[in-house]
Amino acid sequence: MANENKKESRVWYAVRLFLTMLKIGAFTFGGGYAMIAILENEFVSKKQWIDKDEFMDMVALAESTPGPIAINSATYLGYKKAGIIGSAMATSGVVLPSFVIIYLISLFFERFMGLEYVGYAFAGIKVAVIYLIGAAGIKLLKGMKKNTMTVTLISLTVVALVVLSLLAVRFSTILYILVGGVVGTCVYLIHIIRKKEVTK
Amino acid sequence: MICLELFLTFLKIGAFTFGGGYAMIPLIRDEVLSHGWMTDERIMDLIAVSESTPGPIAINMATFIGSSQGGFAGAVCATLGVVLPSFVIILIITALVANLMKFAGVQAFLSGVRPVVVGLICATSVTMFLSVILSVSHFTDAISVDVRGVIILAALIAIHFIYKKIKGKRPSPILMILISAVMGIAAYSL
Repeated sequence: MANENKKESRVWYAVRLFLTMLKIGAFTFGGGYAMIAILENEFVSKKQWIDKDEFMDMVALAESTPGPIAINSATYLGYKKAGIIGSAMATSGVVLPSFVIIYLISLFFERFMGLEYVGYAFAGIKVAVIYLIGAAGIKLLKGMKKNTMTVTLISLTVVALVVLSLLAVRFSTILYILVGGVVGTCVYLIHIIRKKEVTK
Repeated sequence: MICLELFLTFLKIGAFTFGGGYAMIPLIRDEVLSHGWMTDERIMDLIAVSESTPGPIAINMATFIGSSQGGFAGAVCATLGVVLPSFVIILIITALVANLMKFAGVQAFLSGVRPVVVGLICATSVTMFLSVILSVSHFTDAISVDVRGVIILAALIAIHFIYKKIKGKRPSPILMILISAVMGIAAYSL
């Protein structure tokens, strides 16, 4: 009996998760970080499904694992409340509105772009995209802990990407990320070795 | 066939993007350009559309690129591809290795990845500035300054700081996209 209740409550949680995530997916503009504030309001303040500390752990996890933050958070919250089914329901919920809206837009986009004034508007919007990405980069740059390694990696990445793209040399961005990871690991290992030598 | 290619490409993007939305833009741009799926201009239009519609930027871009290359099936494959790595990785971590993120080795790896991601985002803005405003996308290109673009960019930056001073927070991306659209119509239709 108790077991059945538990099962039922899992299904109930999974459905609630799906509907809540559907709502969040449909009304959150601006992606990942905007979504974190809304998730907190929904799951910590309103529903109290997880507490503040666990939520912060989840954010740290979502930020440091690959993939969109929204998907990472949805998968985590879903699993905590209703296991794998909960994960699947929460993730589908957050993806579905985007998918439907963008799919519909994509059907008419080329024709829409052909309109004269839309073309002018998008000439302006292109400039906004430069601004938006630049502003995001600068904000992250300000928030970054600055030491020899981070400053070197940031500068080298910027110079390498700009120069190589001007030379039309193709060098996968994934490689940049992997090189960064390897450098981070090596710096850490060097630290440990040095520490050991000092203690000897 | 195109569906499989879309799925695998976005699987790769989903598996290697640390830090969400903006971090994904350099990778998507790189892959889309090297597959020849879209021009750089179209990618920028798409970024604007993804920013001004609800939902995660990565999902929006994957769905759009998938749809443009392989219709509905393409959209499904690309979106599944970009979601799957996240889904599997988070499940494994929460279910099996709850304290994986606390391992020093993982933190060391990420400490090197984070600055590279910041660098990639900054560099993307720089290369877009060079190609849109100065029309330099290859080092042999002659510089020709798009004066109207410079004016719009300067106006956006001014609005950013004024808004921040008055409201105490950054203006939302949608607001800035709308303003730039109006300025675009005013500047380029004349």
